Amino acid sequence: MRDAEPAYRRWFLVRGGDFAKAGAAACEIKELLKELGFDAATIRRTAIVSYEAEMNVIMYAREARLDLTVTPGEVRLTVDDRGPGIPDVGMALSEGFSTATAEMRELGFGAGMGLPNIRRNADAFDIDTEVGRGTRLDIAIRPDGRAP
Amino acid sequence: MIVLKDVLALLEAELLTPKASPEAPCRGVFASDLMSDVLASAEAGSLLLTGLANAHVVSACSVADLAAVVFVQGKRPDPGVVAQALSRGLPLLATKLSMFEACSRIARFIEDGGHAGR
Repeated sequence: MRDAEPAYRRWFLVRGGDFAKAGAAACEIKELLKELGFDAATIRRTAIVSYEAEMNVIMYAREARLDLTVTPGEVRLTVDDRGPGIPDVGMALSEGFSTATAEMRELGFGAGMGLPNIRRNADAFDIDTEVGRGTRLDIAIRPDGRAP
Repeated sequence: MIVLKDVLALLEAELLTPKASPEAPCRGVFASDLMSDVLASAEAGSLLLTGLANAHVVSACSVADLAAVVFVQGKRPDPGVVAQALSRGLPLLATKLSMFEACSRIARFIEDGGHAGR
């Protein structure tokens, strides 16, 4: 499929520690993709990816910009945070590995499923991280892509 | 499959979101206090049983397209959480039963083909 002009672009600011707003971007994105006529499975995968990414920023980073770009054939999310970075990406991508605090776990998070679940729901996944600077995720979800 | 009115009867539960349809279907059942597990493993259209009663439950369940939530062990969410669920069309139920007892009753109901003697 040739590159199409984006049908929609939107960005969200996610602040570290702002647990009250967790999922705000994911819920807005979900409504938006519904209006744009995407199928339920694509909407669900995108919303889960966005929610997990938001939670990671809220739990670990200072802030992030979450960019949503929608074209007919692809939903793209980039999450660029200012934060501690990830010393061992391989470990962070292993299911069950977590550096969450007790407080995070009490809220129902920090099971070590965030990044693995993002990757599982994505058709393309790229992570770029630098300790002391931050982490950037680049994720694509395609309506005709694999369902997890 | 199990519908909301069966869940209400089986678990002697209270419906916290009155507008929910009693015939609303649940295509599966998932039990966890970890929203990470809900996002990773619960299937769309499932009923969630949980002992966690905060706003993240509603957010995670609406994101993952869950059908309804049962708070077990007498846990009750704040009115703000109920309001959030109402606005997202997510039915909330509360039961005094333990997680184990609630899961057992639903499991028996499903094993008996939805005709449990109760």
